[in-house]
Amino acid sequence: MAVTQVFGARVRRREDPRLIRGTATYTDDVVLPGLCYAAFVRSPHAHARIQRVDTARARQAPGVLGVFTAQDLEGKVNSIPCGWQVPNCDLKTPPHPPLAKDKVRFVGDPVAVVVAETRAQAYDAAGLVEVDYEVLPAVVDMEQALHSATLVHEDVPENRVLLWSVKGGDFEAAAREPGVRVVRQRLVNQRLIPNAMEPRAAVAQYNPGTGELTLWLTTQNPHIVRVILSGVLSFPEHKLRVVAPEVGGGFGSKIPVYAEEAVIAHLATRLQRPVKWAETRRENYLATIHGRDHITDAEMAVRPDGTVVGVRVRTLANFGAYLSTAAPAIPTILYGLILSGPYRIPNIDCEVTGVFTNTTPTDAYRGAGRPEATYVLERMMDVAARELGMDPAEIRRRNLIPKDQFPYTVATGITYDSGDYARALDRALEILDYPKARSEQAAARQQGRYLGIGLSTYVEICGAGPSKVVGSTGFSGGLWESAVVRFSPTGKVTVFTGTSPHGQGEETTFAQIVSQELGVPLDDVEVLHGDTDSILMGWGTYGSRTTPVGGTAVYLAAQKVKEKARRIAAHQLEVSADDLVFEAGRFHVRGAPDRGMTIQEVALQAYLAWNLPEGMEPGLEGQANWDPSNFVFPFGTHACVVEVDPDTGQVKILRYVAVDDCGRVINPLIVDGQVHGGIVQGVAQALWEFARYDEHGNLLTASMADYAVPKAAWFPRFECERTETPTPVNPLGVKGVGETGTIAATPCVVNAVMDALSPFGIRHLDMPLWPEKIWRAIQQARGGGA
Amino acid sequence: MRVTMTVNGVECTRDVEPRTLLVYFLREHLGLTGTHVGCDTSSCGACTVLMNGKAVKSCTVLAVQAEGAHITTVEGLARNGELHPIQQAFWDEHGLQCGFCTPGMMLAAVDLLQRNPNPTDEEIRHALEGNLCRCTGYQHIVNAVKAAARAMGAAVGATAGGE
Ligand code: FES
Ligand code: FES
Repeated sequence: MAVTQVFGARVRRREDPRLIRGTATYTDDVVLPGLCYAAFVRSPHAHARIQRVDTARARQAPGVLGVFTAQDLEGKVNSIPCGWQVPNCDLKTPPHPPLAKDKVRFVGDPVAVVVAETRAQAYDAAGLVEVDYEVLPAVVDMEQALHSATLVHEDVPENRVLLWSVKGGDFEAAAREPGVRVVRQRLVNQRLIPNAMEPRAAVAQYNPGTGELTLWLTTQNPHIVRVILSGVLSFPEHKLRVVAPEVGGGFGSKIPVYAEEAVIAHLATRLQRPVKWAETRRENYLATIHGRDHITDAEMAVRPDGTVVGVRVRTLANFGAYLSTAAPAIPTILYGLILSGPYRIPNIDCEVTGVFTNTTPTDAYRGAGRPEATYVLERMMDVAARELGMDPAEIRRRNLIPKDQFPYTVATGITYDSGDYARALDRALEILDYPKARSEQAAARQQGRYLGIGLSTYVEICGAGPSKVVGSTGFSGGLWESAVVRFSPTGKVTVFTGTSPHGQGEETTFAQIVSQELGVPLDDVEVLHGDTDSILMGWGTYGSRTTPVGGTAVYLAAQKVKEKARRIAAHQLEVSADDLVFEAGRFHVRGAPDRGMTIQEVALQAYLAWNLPEGMEPGLEGQANWDPSNFVFPFGTHACVVEVDPDTGQVKILRYVAVDDCGRVINPLIVDGQVHGGIVQGVAQALWEFARYDEHGNLLTASMADYAVPKAAWFPRFECERTETPTPVNPLGVKGVGETGTIAATPCVVNAVMDALSPFGIRHLDMPLWPEKIWRAIQQARGGGA
Repeated sequence: MRVTMTVNGVECTRDVEPRTLLVYFLREHLGLTGTHVGCDTSSCGACTVLMNGKAVKSCTVLAVQAEGAHITTVEGLARNGELHPIQQAFWDEHGLQCGFCTPGMMLAAVDLLQRNPNPTDEEIRHALEGNLCRCTGYQHIVNAVKAAARAMGAAVGATAGGE
């Protein structure tokens, strides 16, 4: 069918009216009769033995309904499992008790929970729980943890979570090739805190009459929560309902199934009262997952002409104190497999050591593994270019996979779907006016000003994914997606998706898909998600999979509706189905446009069922479960210009250009928004954000006053453009766009700052590039010490 | 303690604990959950409301301090069901994603536009420094505030012209 204007239009979001009127319901807005409130008592120590927990005073505090410790949950709330057991890496999966038992392992580890009539009473009483600790030495530093006598988990020697590797080709041999030079750099990818603006919250309600337990939750994947909690609580899955109401951002931090959620669900059954828990921002900093936290020794083997012949990395990845739900996949398959980036690199050798430390557990944070890989690769491209005296744009261009070589299998074994990488690079350079930017930089240097130009050429793997493939990597689930497209008798359409968007706008995007395919007005389409009671199955929203996987399921379900409608229309118009043309929401007989029926008329007939083809069931709906054959691979080039003030070390971003390719674009307005948000998070890692611990395992940046969540005033206006290379992996041709900005922006900005600092002979500084760090490096370079 | 204030044009009286913060008064005593709580250090601005016409972070005000005050929350922005220009602009310009920061962001913007009806990009970005958004990257928010400024300016112009 011809593409209508719906697909590709800058359609305003249909989710917005409830959000701008303040009538949306987030989890903490859920109010139920008899609601009581929970507060957790958390460890102030990074590592300690629990000697005694005295709850007597707390129990007597006003309004208290109960105080519970690990003992009270014994046999009722099981260990929190890890959902991604990556094979062949000697993965250690020590138990994760829902409330700490015997030992606490990080500051914020929950030890007890108090339930009271009001929020304030719960917090008051939590302060009265007395816990005696025997403080143990804490392991915080990853490199020390591997050699420490202190073990986070007694049964995990050397605190080693896993040792994973991927190899393609022979790096050693490539490095020995005559003329090849090996450049080396140690790169720290610092720990970050996701900071979804809505902290986590849970409300649980148990109905003893029906035996049903309902959990409203800040989650990106309610069905996964249901599966896991039914195991953790030994609760029958069909009696457990998980609802993700409005969710205020996630960025990966609302993928995991957390101990607190299991505990709240259990307490509702135990107390037979609905229970609410909403974490404070401080708790969010301490007990919601963190991201990144790698130390990498990287080597790149390059020929004198700039051809990269090999990459070798040795990476330490910090897992924190427990294995979070998807944690093992992040620094392994989502990192190592993408180390070829957009380049032809025949020899890749990656080894990752995972480490337990007495810190907050880490897991997926926007990009999850791919920003870390891209950072390594893009920094090394610049380091190599500088050693060879090459232009950073030139070394990239030389190594890009040419557009006529897709599908292209990289040395790590994955196959890229489609791309025209050089085009995105060229376009970014064109928008920037690269030669002019370089001459301005040279002119500025004459005046003692330090401008830097940074590039980042990336490819992302997303849209997970083929269930068979993710299963073979140890994921304990599938990653297909479900959709139902259902007409009502009056011709309105309801779409049910197994994805669980929380800001990404798929209520609009999916309505556009349906509107285009079925020719119904956009406003006649409702998109529902996030409730295990109404949606048969789903794997959630993360990893830029919602539109490529969930959107395709919606598209296919719409095709099924269309086919059934065609058969009904043919029957009623007394022609063969092949003789019908479907145009603008109406079937008509080929050559006789007057003889026809609208799809709404067909819907009514389908429900009346007075005159359906022999043997056809009444009703008009289509259901599709889509399991893609491959991942999808968005790509692009980001470029920026920064100025460094040598007297203060301040970095100012003067221009930021992004050329992204996420395949076909359904809604450019939404795609722009995704890119902007991603860029800000990526830039913030380069320049400001850092979750910093002291040597005792205290998080020094445990509040929004201490951790630099970026502000509006810190950015220029971004210049965003796109190229469109459809993917053959799905019929819509769409890739994903939720993470591209975050992946590309970090090395882009660091490369620009290092370029600005090159006159001082400064080759590399680790992130975040705080003014003080830059200032000291300049002082040192000038011979001033500091 | 008994506290009385006018919220979105309606006078309300409730008995509260003296330590009750305005944000919890609005959310839990009045059921106005459009005002959000995003932090515990007065950093995020998700709780921003207008108090006697000026933007305040309602997590830093005790309910009793608002005795007798006029409060406008996001629920009070629309008039007779019709969106306020700032709401319309946030919608038109895709100034929100998850929507959690949005009520506070819009009220901070209303405060700005009262003081400065025609702000530049830079003035908008500075005025919103107390309001964090983790989703949008701010650019569409800046666009929305500019669009609202234009719409409000046009409305004022139209009224002036008609008189
Ligand atoms: S809740 Fe964050 S500033 Fe008020
Ligand atoms: S829209 Fe999500 S925090 Fe601003």
